[in-house]
Order: sequence, then C-alpha cells, then structure tokens
Amino acid sequence: MKKRTVITKLTGIFAMGCLLSGFLAGCGSPDASGTAAGAKDGGEVIVYNWGEYIDPDTLEMFEEETGVKVVYDEFETNEIMYPRVEAGASQYDVICPSDYMIQKMIDNDLLQELDFDNIPNAKANIGAQYWEQSEQFDPGNKYSVPYCWGTVGILYNKTMVEEPVDSWSILWDEKYADNILMQDSVRDAFMVALKLNGNSMNSMDPDELAAARDLLIEQKPLVQAYVIDQVRDKMIGNEAALGVIYSGEAIYTQRENPDLEYVIPKEGTNVWIDSWVVPKNAPNKKNAEKFIDFMCRPDIALLNFEYITYSTPNDAARELIEDEEIKNSSIAFPDLSQYANLETFNYLGDEGDELYNEMWKEVKSN
Amino acid sequence: MIKKSAEKIYIALIVLFMYAPIVTLMVLSFNNSKTRAKWGGFTFKWYVELFDNQAILQALSNTLAIALLSAVAATVIGTVATLSIAGMKRRSRAVFMSVTNIPMLNAEIVTGISLMLLFISFGVRFGFGTILLSHITFNIPYVILSVMPRAKQLNPSVYEAALDLGASRTQAFFRVVFPDLLPGILSGFLMAFTMSLDDFIITHFTKGPGVDTLSTKIYTEVKKGIKPEMYALSTLIFVTVLILLLLVNYRPKPQDASIPGAERTKK
Amino acid sequence: MRKTTGKKPESPRIIYFNQAAMTAPYLFWALAFIIIPLLMIFYYGLTDKTGAFTLANVAAIATAEHSKALWLALALSLVSTAICLLLAYPLAMILANRRVSQQSFLVLIFILPMWMNFLLRTLAWQTLLEKTGVINAILTFFHLPPLNIINTPGAIVLGMVYNFLPFMILPLYNSLTKIDPSVVNAAYDLGANGVQTFCRVIFPLSIPGVISGITMVFVPALTTFVISNLLGGSKILLIGNVIEQEFTQASNWHLGSGLSIVLMAFIIVNMVLTGIFDKNGEGTAL
Repeated sequence: MKKRTVITKLTGIFAMGCLLSGFLAGCGSPDASGTAAGAKDGGEVIVYNWGEYIDPDTLEMFEEETGVKVVYDEFETNEIMYPRVEAGASQYDVICPSDYMIQKMIDNDLLQELDFDNIPNAKANIGAQYWEQSEQFDPGNKYSVPYCWGTVGILYNKTMVEEPVDSWSILWDEKYADNILMQDSVRDAFMVALKLNGNSMNSMDPDELAAARDLLIEQKPLVQAYVIDQVRDKMIGNEAALGVIYSGEAIYTQRENPDLEYVIPKEGTNVWIDSWVVPKNAPNKKNAEKFIDFMCRPDIALLNFEYITYSTPNDAARELIEDEEIKNSSIAFPDLSQYANLETFNYLGDEGDELYNEMWKEVKSN
Repeated sequence: MIKKSAEKIYIALIVLFMYAPIVTLMVLSFNNSKTRAKWGGFTFKWYVELFDNQAILQALSNTLAIALLSAVAATVIGTVATLSIAGMKRRSRAVFMSVTNIPMLNAEIVTGISLMLLFISFGVRFGFGTILLSHITFNIPYVILSVMPRAKQLNPSVYEAALDLGASRTQAFFRVVFPDLLPGILSGFLMAFTMSLDDFIITHFTKGPGVDTLSTKIYTEVKKGIKPEMYALSTLIFVTVLILLLLVNYRPKPQDASIPGAERTKK
Repeated sequence: MRKTTGKKPESPRIIYFNQAAMTAPYLFWALAFIIIPLLMIFYYGLTDKTGAFTLANVAAIATAEHSKALWLALALSLVSTAICLLLAYPLAMILANRRVSQQSFLVLIFILPMWMNFLLRTLAWQTLLEKTGVINAILTFFHLPPLNIINTPGAIVLGMVYNFLPFMILPLYNSLTKIDPSVVNAAYDLGANGVQTFCRVIFPLSIPGVISGITMVFVPALTTFVISNLLGGSKILLIGNVIEQEFTQASNWHLGSGLSIVLMAFIIVNMVLTGIFDKNGEGTAL
C-alpha cells in the first residue's frame, strides 16, 4: 500500500507537467507555421557545420531572403562528420569539412562539383591566396568554397607562464604539469608531436610516427585533459596555463580574459581551411549553392566573422571590418610568410587513417 | 534520539550530494556571463532569451513529442504483448520474456549501435522517425514488466463469470480485466515517458540532421560551452516538477491500489 | 529471466482474444527491432571489411589498449556499484522505517533529480570539481588544501555513483518495505540482537533488491562513455569510449561490433549470476 501514492503523485505531476511544458514548447511554435510557409516557397537546405561556427542571425536572414528553410546540424570533428555522411542515412546539402577531409571525400567520390555560375559571390570576394591554398586538396577548385581559415597554436595565460612561449616544447615542461590542455583529435595531436620532432605533419613514416606517439605518451601525465572546443571555457576560467587551440578561438577568449595570449610556435604548424562542399547525395543542390553564395556575401561573411571570430578568407568582408586593430590583427590575419614549416593536412588514405587511429588509441589508453 | 538525528544527518548528506549539481545549474542560470567559468553578476536575461531561442524550444518540443508518442505506442504494444505472453505456455513465455529483457539489460550503447546498423542497412533515412522507433523499442520492456505482475494476479474466474453473465469478450475485457490492469499500464507509461525523456545514448546513434532532443542538443553544446538559456530551461522544468510535487504531496490523497513494478527503472 | 522451480504452480493462463493476433504485433516488433539489429552486430563483429568470416574483431579485445580499457571499466564500475550499495542500503532502511506518509515523499526526493537532464547534471559536477571550481573555492576559503579529483578515475567513479545511485536506492527500498515487520519482531522475540537480526533476517530477505540494484548500477556503469568523457577529461579510455569511437570516429564498425559482442558476454554473465541468486523467481533481474 505504500507505493500507490508514489504512482498517483507521479501521474499528477506528469499530467500537469505535460500541460506546462506543452505551453512552453508552444511558445516556440511560431516556428512551426513559419517553416511550413518557408517550405512551400523554396524547399529546404540541410546544413552540416562545426559547432557554433556561424552567426544564427545569418541563417534567419537567408531564410527570409530566399524562402528556403535551413535545417541545421552540427558536428564536432571531421572524423565524427565523415562516417555520418558516408553511411548515407543522413543526407546533407552543404557541409563544412577541413582541407584533408575534403580530399578524402573527393577521393571516395562523396562530393559533387559546384556550379560556380550559381555562386558568383565566391570568386568575386574570396582572396586569390585562399583559392591557391585550396588547390592542395581540391585541384582545380571544383568542389569547395573556403569559409574560414586559420592556424593552430598555443594559447597561454600570461599570469601563469612567465617565460616567453615560442615552441611546442613548453607543452612537455614539467613545471606545467596538470596545467596543459591538448587537442582531442588525432591529426591535431600528432601534428604537435611531429612538428616538435621536426617531421612533416603528413608523415607516413612508421618510425617518425612511433616517435611522435612515444612523445605524446610521455606528455600524457602532464596533460590536464584532452579537449576539443572546451579549451575555450577552461582557458577563460583560468583552469589551465597552456592550451592547444585554433587561432579563431583566440580573439574570443582574449575578449573574455585579457590575460590570454596566442602564439604560433617556431617549429611550424598547421594552416587549415574549412570550406563549403556539396555531397553527392544532396537532395537540394540548387539551394545548397544558393546558401554558399549567400555566405560569401561580404556583409554576411562580416557578421559571421564578428560572431565566431575565425579568420575569413573573404577579402571584401575584411575590408568592411571597422575596428582597425582587428582588421590588422596578427592573430586573425597573420602574415604567413613570417613563419617557417607551415603545412596543410593531406588525406593519407585508409591505410594512413588506420595507422594514425591505432597509434592515437595507444596514446589515449596508456 | 541520537539514532533519529543520525538518520536525519545521513539523509541530509545524501540529499546534499544529489542536489549540489542541481543547485549549481540553477545558480548558473542567473549568471550574467556567457561562459560557465566566470561569475558576471545576477541576471534574469537568459530566461527572457530562452523564449526567443528557437533551437532550444524546438529541441524541447521534439523531446516531449518523442517521449509522449513513444510512451503511448510502447504502452499499447506492450500491454497487448503482456496479455498474449500471459496466455502462453511456459516455454514460449520464457523465450518471449528473455527477448523482452534484452533491450533493458543490454548496454545502451550496443542497443543504439544495433539500431543504427539496422537503419543504415535498410536505407532508412535518419530523422524523427528513426528516433521514435528506437524509443518505442527500448520503452516496450518497461511497459511489459510493469503490466506483467498485474496480468499474473488476474483471476480468470472473474472474466469467465462476466462471459457467463452474457458479456461479449470485448465487454468483459474492458469492463472487468482492463480496470485491474490499469495501474500497471499507467506506471509502465510513466516509466516509458521518463526513460525516453532522459535518453541520450540511443538518440545519439539514431538521430538525423536537424532533429535534436534536449539531450543531443546539450551534448553538442557541452563542447563549446552550454548556452545559459539551457540552464534556464532546466531550472524551469525542475522547479515546475518540484512545485507540482509539493502541491500533490499536500493534497488529500486519493485512494488506489498498490502498483508492483512502479519501481522498476533502469537507465 | 524467471527461473521457474518445479514446485511453484504456474500462474493461470487466460486467453482473452485471438492469441495469434495478439502475439503478432510484438513478435514482429521484437524481430525487427531487437533480434535483427543484434544479429547485425554479430554479422559485423564476425566479418572483416571484405565480408569474410573472422574472429579478429572479437579477439582484438586482447590487445593491450582494449583489454586495459575493459579492465579499467570493470574496476571502476565494480567500485561504483559497491559504493552505491554501501550508501543506498542504510538510506533505504531509514526510508523503509519512516512513517508511510513521509516515505513516498522522501523517495520522490531521490527520484526527482532524474528529471533534470543527466548530461547537464554531470557537467555541473565539472563546475563543482574543477581546479578553480566551487568546491575548491570553498576549501580555499577555509584554508584547506584543494581537491584535485577532476580528470582522474576518482571523478569518474563519483559521476557513476551520482548518476546511478537512485537505481540502487529504489529496488532496495522496495524489497525492504516488502519485509513483513512481524518476521523482524519474531527474530527479536527469539532473542536475536540487532546485528543478528540484520544478518540473519533482514539482509537475506532483501537479496532480490540487492541483486536488481547491482544489475541496474553495474551495467550502465560498465558501458558508459559519457561520464568518462565529461569527468575524465578524455584521458581515461573505458571500453564504452573505445566502442563509441570506433563507430563515430574511426568508422571501423567491424571492430566496434566485435568489441560490443565481448561487452554483451559480460552482461550475459551478469544475467546468469542474477538468475542463480534469484531463486524464487520473484525478483527478476530488475
């Protein structure tokens, strides 16, 4: 006889809870009618992008201007995105992978060529140097349109690190044990170790890779956590002294915590580009191109730059930046000719993927 | 006396342990700073912004819709299944019950992955439908296990008496048997609803583009830092449930029969 | 799951409607969404990329990094289960001895946290435990040494205990409330002291609750990948993390399925053990 009240209560709570939350959800439903109207006009476009990698206002503006409804989904790393697209059970129209992953997708016949007549803003606004850089993974610039680019470097807290930071080797300094945040993605983590050893970050040499793996294992006791985007929150909160981070996050974190500083280590680093691509099985290619074109408009690219603070390859948008300091910031728009040993990731084939994954697992499980 | 206060202290400590993170989340919902790492002063603005945040509200309505639909479907399928299993011979009953137990006892990650493989192999497009099917699947066992004890306690002679007195099978069932099953059915439904509401892992593997539940939304946000609106929403949900609980608790208690199986929860 | 003993009379069989028509929907559902998906895991787990039969994916559990992840997961989940049991048993006894009117309210207090999303609650522990987190702020305020538990196995155990404690409390509470007080009184009347009564009467009678509590904590703890990710700083790889990564990142479904089969073996062992202890067939595994 004791349990009956529990159930009666739960039922009551449930009924009332449903009413209330239904009301709550109802508040969000103007969207439901809005989408129906949007769908009637121009159909939809399914976008698969990095987490927090766009100003949500621009999506609304796109919907308003074109009548195309945006279905938006997010991924965390290239490696998480790829199997979802490859499996084909999730169909996307526009995806924003990085350089080496675009190469992999081209190699595995997952992408379709873009019709640049439908994307006039791309060639008009995006700087020549970025197209040139894209040639490395997309020969002939047939499949991709650059969206953001940047470097990978060390973000450090000036109050916790006294000596000048200019080398990856500081991430192996025992003084900073438990104060180091490493990247939790295979290629980025190995890039750091390979560069420190003076190797190419696209190395396929088993000895070089084994050396890099051992270096990472040696570093593990000093590492506070392997994180991806959480570096941002943790560095702002003074949780760690040093973190490996994408240059785009540097401006954001500095705004929140002025003690932080970003450097590109002297051993060289990864210069990456994230570009819009359209997969082969995209249900709405026309809308996808409309979307890419919209994102290449200078005013829209500017909004996105200001929101996500990742460097834009859109020269026309850069011209529009009002804050001179940001416009000429060496973090957002570094002069790459100053740095040695800059590289871009290449796709290393299934074999390379397997080799890296295997070694990474050995690091992580050690 | 000492024993009583020791007991009280013990309960208090465990309550503290259980509620410390919840209080933390509530405090964060009033934090006037975008990151959880910094206290930026007191504000109500996230509660205002919550109602403008289409993505979160959409996730909320998805979550509720999936929980409600899957719980209803699981309750219907599960109840019918229970009655049929109860009418089986011992051996086939054992087989059916073992199959029923699989989704409950198996690791959620394995269930999620197996459903993902199924949908991919049969070329089903991931989306709202695949999440719903998966949720129904893992909800059915909770319903069966809640209704089964009731079904076993049924007295067949009552049903037969009803038939003898001229009731049709349908009448006899709905007038005589069903009321006896109802408490079990209700608790199974509730259990299914709660499980579906709280599920992350299985949804994670079977969700499609643009369809997020609160859990998957939060998991994506974890990486970049949870949006404070999410704290505000959770606080609202929690406070609502708490207030309802208090209201119901201090209301005269209605009578109904005890419900075995109500306690059967599993993550 | 029910272990039927010969002596027990079978519960009455009643057939209300057409038995076949009533069985069909669930039979179909169970085949389509339970059996076939499981077979697919076995298919993937026992084949390689070319589709040829192999045991390599299952045997891969023996490699250093996989077996380490498995043992670590086993160790952490056993420790968490034990802690849950130790914490929950006294609590369940206290609750069961309360006035009936209080009981249900108190029990609800322990279920209530489950209505707040478990990812958020786990993340909140990060805020509490971090180096510059709430707990350390309090400790420093009282000039106590800081607690460095975040990103260690300790934090993962804490997360497991926190998330799964209600699943231990409920079955224990249920089995304890089912004990007839007159049995306990009889023990006292016959001269048993408190400890004896507990060891000889109360505890044995609560075994079904203990068993189901253990199962309900152990299985999710063994297989979690979320808690280890959020509170372990991704430094600690449990078997759940390995499987998740094989599917979502390395896209090696064959290996992921092979390891899932190993994981299932452990769960089956758990089920069998449960069945052995579950002598009267009352408790079921839940």
